[in-house]
Amino acid sequence: MKIDTILSKYEPKSENLIQILHDIQDHTEGNYLKEEDLEKVADYLKIPKSRVNGVVEFYSMFSKKPRGKYVIRLCKSPPCFVKGAFNMLDELKSQLEIDVNETTKDGLFTIETTSCLGVCDEAPVMSINNKIYGKLDSAKIKKIIENYRKGKSEI
Amino acid sequence: MNKMVKITIDGKTIDAEEGANLLQVARDNGFDIPGLCYYDKVSPTGACRLCLVKIKEQKGLIPSCTVKVSEGLNVTAFDEELEDVRRTIVELLISEHKLGCMTCDTASECALEDLAYRYNVTVDNLPFPVKTKYESIDDSSPVLAYDPNKCIVCGRCVKACYEIQGKGIIDFIGRGIETKIAPDLGVDWKNSACDGCGECIQACPVGALFEIPSVGKARKWEVEKIETICPYCGVGCRIEVEKKDNEIVRINGVDDGPANNGRLCVKGRFGYEYEMSNKRLRTPLIKENGKFREASWDEALTLTARKFSEIKKNYGGNSIAGLSSARCTNEENYIFQKFMRAVIGTNNVDHCARLCHASTVAGLARAFGSGAMTNSIRELEFADCILVTGSNTTETHPVIATYIKNAVLNHGAKLIVADPRKIDLVKYATLWLRQKNGTDVAWLNGIMNVILNENLHDKEFIKNRTEGFDEFRMVVENYTPERVEKITGVPKEKIIEAARIYGTAKNASIVFSMGITQHTTGTDNVLSTANLALLTGNVGKLYSGVNPLRGQNNVQGACDLGALPNVYSGYQKVTDPDIKKKFEEKWKVALDDKVGLSVVEMMNEAHKGNVKAMYIMGENPMVSDPNLNHVEEALKNLDFLVVQDIFLTETAQLADVVFPAYSSFEKSGTFTNTERRIQLLNPVLKAPEGAKEDWEIVQELALKMGYEMQYNNQSDIMEEIADVTPIYGGIHFYRLGKDGLQWPCKDENDPGTLFLHKGKFSRGLGHFSPVDYIPPAELPDKEYPYILSTGRILYHYHTGTMSRKVSVLNEYEPGPYAEISPELAAKLNLKDGEEVRITSRRGAIVTKARITARVAPDSVFIPFHFAEAAANRLTNDALDPIAKIPELKVAACKVEKM
Ligand code: SF4
Ligand code: SF4
Ligand code: SF4
Ligand code: FES
Ligand code: FES
Repeated sequence: MKIDTILSKYEPKSENLIQILHDIQDHTEGNYLKEEDLEKVADYLKIPKSRVNGVVEFYSMFSKKPRGKYVIRLCKSPPCFVKGAFNMLDELKSQLEIDVNETTKDGLFTIETTSCLGVCDEAPVMSINNKIYGKLDSAKIKKIIENYRKGKSEI
Repeated sequence: MNKMVKITIDGKTIDAEEGANLLQVARDNGFDIPGLCYYDKVSPTGACRLCLVKIKEQKGLIPSCTVKVSEGLNVTAFDEELEDVRRTIVELLISEHKLGCMTCDTASECALEDLAYRYNVTVDNLPFPVKTKYESIDDSSPVLAYDPNKCIVCGRCVKACYEIQGKGIIDFIGRGIETKIAPDLGVDWKNSACDGCGECIQACPVGALFEIPSVGKARKWEVEKIETICPYCGVGCRIEVEKKDNEIVRINGVDDGPANNGRLCVKGRFGYEYEMSNKRLRTPLIKENGKFREASWDEALTLTARKFSEIKKNYGGNSIAGLSSARCTNEENYIFQKFMRAVIGTNNVDHCARLCHASTVAGLARAFGSGAMTNSIRELEFADCILVTGSNTTETHPVIATYIKNAVLNHGAKLIVADPRKIDLVKYATLWLRQKNGTDVAWLNGIMNVILNENLHDKEFIKNRTEGFDEFRMVVENYTPERVEKITGVPKEKIIEAARIYGTAKNASIVFSMGITQHTTGTDNVLSTANLALLTGNVGKLYSGVNPLRGQNNVQGACDLGALPNVYSGYQKVTDPDIKKKFEEKWKVALDDKVGLSVVEMMNEAHKGNVKAMYIMGENPMVSDPNLNHVEEALKNLDFLVVQDIFLTETAQLADVVFPAYSSFEKSGTFTNTERRIQLLNPVLKAPEGAKEDWEIVQELALKMGYEMQYNNQSDIMEEIADVTPIYGGIHFYRLGKDGLQWPCKDENDPGTLFLHKGKFSRGLGHFSPVDYIPPAELPDKEYPYILSTGRILYHYHTGTMSRKVSVLNEYEPGPYAEISPELAAKLNLKDGEEVRITSRRGAIVTKARITARVAPDSVFIPFHFAEAAANRLTNDALDPIAKIPELKVAACKVEKM
């Protein structure tokens, strides 16, 4: 969808900023917010670019860099932390050979961290493009990633 | 003022204004409640929580900076619990703060340092872990640096940039302890739209934002601080200069400066390096065999006096002409015109106002009786509607632009911009009219046509306060929106909308500058703006009026003091026998009653050999005047040319004698800013040994020519000015203080005039002038198919004599360029930065192309500051018949890729 079409869905009021950003990010290949689009948003809402940037930088769900087709978000809030979230993070990093906030060369995966996803009894937990995977261990992570490589989101 | 209420703080009863800020009220009454994020010039943030207080019958601890005073508030400002909380906050701040006080340029004026001292907080007694990992400093901007490790995230800079400067370049990014500020979309400062005004630095309570050129120059306690007036533009910002050993360390805006309220632009804050330049003239120069040699004052003055006397004797006084200066003080302008009139015996005296606002003076004098801004600068913030036309205010009068932005962003005013270029203010505008260059009378008549048709005119005002309405109406009736669209290219709907916005506003203000005046129809354009204000009764009251913005720091004053060929000081006509008699008696000499030559006419007469000698004080016509090739020939054709200046300018290089003068940082005297405010300068620095003040040079020359002149200082001169100039009648140095006085100020007891024409116009009735549209003198044709206009930019000033000797300003804008539209660039197969040759009927220059949609597709814009590719080699010196102002805003040109 073109940026202008997206913008035209909203009234030019600064309250709509977050929604607009979501909408644009969801419709951008690479799942991110391009600089020129952010400029257009600022123009459209008649607010400073720096304010748009402040919001983008505040919420971890927004990214200014292109991300993989699948964005993996590992929860690192206390319940998941206690259940070994950081080992799972190392697991992800070594299996995908990238660091947090990086994207695999094939453009498939990005690793990010997040705060509580609200399913703590399943800890440790991660999400991939909004689908939740709980009770992780290294074998399970391996399986999930293999399946995604084949284009399947089921385990 | 709001009603007064009673509140109690720590048991003491206090009278305060309802709605006032509680923290401010407490502090004003001696309760020194700490607080780092509160900044009285912006809305309260409530972020640092140091100003917490207890309020009876309200729960918890409340940041007092967010509380509005109301009847009966009972406040506890100090008790043990509050002080403990405050101490903890300071400890937390110190634990996260890079303690670089030993090398910090803010040390001793740092609010955090003060609080650490007050609460006895040191690194070794902190209950928190001390941050030791540091982030890098962003020092990419030419003028300022940001150290996130010293940032206490108070947000004052963020609000200063948005709420005061109206720009919003910076905001917070990140969360929690990682929060910091960043410009635009998180780019390096250098790549952001930050224009270096430094408002954020001035707002920062600690050393997180600081001036790069000041680093390491002096500790705060070593500097001496002296207030004076900015040497650059006509806004007349009050500055505080910090100096050490006769060198400027830093410049700040003065918070209660009447025009600027603490604000400055990049030139005022950072443009001082020229002052310390080693290129300053230090001794008189005499040209012999085409080369300058140093000379003593006596020799140079004697030679000049002898030459002037000879030429006067052989060819008469009218064979000599003088250019006074908008850069010199009022007193010096007065003395200069007196010298030309009384000593030389001619009215051939003018200055570069001819090139910018002669049509304003002529037009507004005819319509209202006074050719100056009707209102004061700060009234603009409170106008409901502002029509800006022919003024790229953001760049030419940066601080005035901030008030226009405040009006829009903070008070919801409607802004209409009429400009062929998409200037910065367009971003803030409700409506933008992109007229074709030189069609201003047409669109203004169009707007008035609609106002009349829709019955939006002010009948009462027209009946009681104006004359000439019927003739005016007949002309305007021909300018239907349809016809106007054809002439101007502005869609008729926009003309109608503009008429409705302006016509229905409670108070509307018109702001204009050289885009209106620099035309062969300049006077007509000005008359049209005056017509519009008269038609809607938007003049003669607070916030409403017609406001020409004058360019140079003292161009208003140079006009006021009679550096014009047709008037003595205070616009008293040389042709009026009574006035002439008054000055003859005062000056004890017979005076000429014929109007003298204007700038362009002087050059023409010099070219023809009728003007034999010229005396130029602080002006640089070799860059500033139209049709430069012609000017150069004219000056070379003179028998004798004398120039006095602070540098060896392009013009001084052609002189036979050069006198070294003082700069405005070095002298006393007064400047009159664009809102008619006469302000006192203070000498900040010692002048170079060997230089003299301009008025002294003129006086010594007068004495050598046998005319008695005995002033001891500039104050003496002002006494004479007050005596002979009704509008300056009440101006005396001892009355000026920090705020100055706004003319008309007729006597000792007159407090001056905030806005003009209240109740009655200076000329009696406001005068409507029927004005028809006349096309510009030169229109594009086959050979010269594009429209050329010239103008100014933020980072440089006039002919660049000062600003181009400032390295940070050069870093922003190093040299000449031409703005070229993407459409034209495509046609010429031109890439950004490539060289182009631009040719008009008068000359050609080679410059760099800057491709930008700011200019209309068929137009080219060139800033005129750069002598090496001087725009004025191309411009047209065709004149407005009334004001003799040249048409600098429209010429036809062609553009070729090199
Ligand atoms: S210098 Fe001026 S424009 Fe730049 S960030 Fe600071 S306040 Fe804003
Ligand atoms: S840079 Fe200064 S003014 Fe801005 S948030 Fe940091 S401490 Fe406050
Ligand atoms: S706006 Fe004008 S007077 Fe004010 S600081 Fe800038 S140049 Fe100086
Ligand atoms: S803490 Fe991880 S899902 Fe709640
Ligand atoms: S001064 Fe009130 S919260 Fe900072």
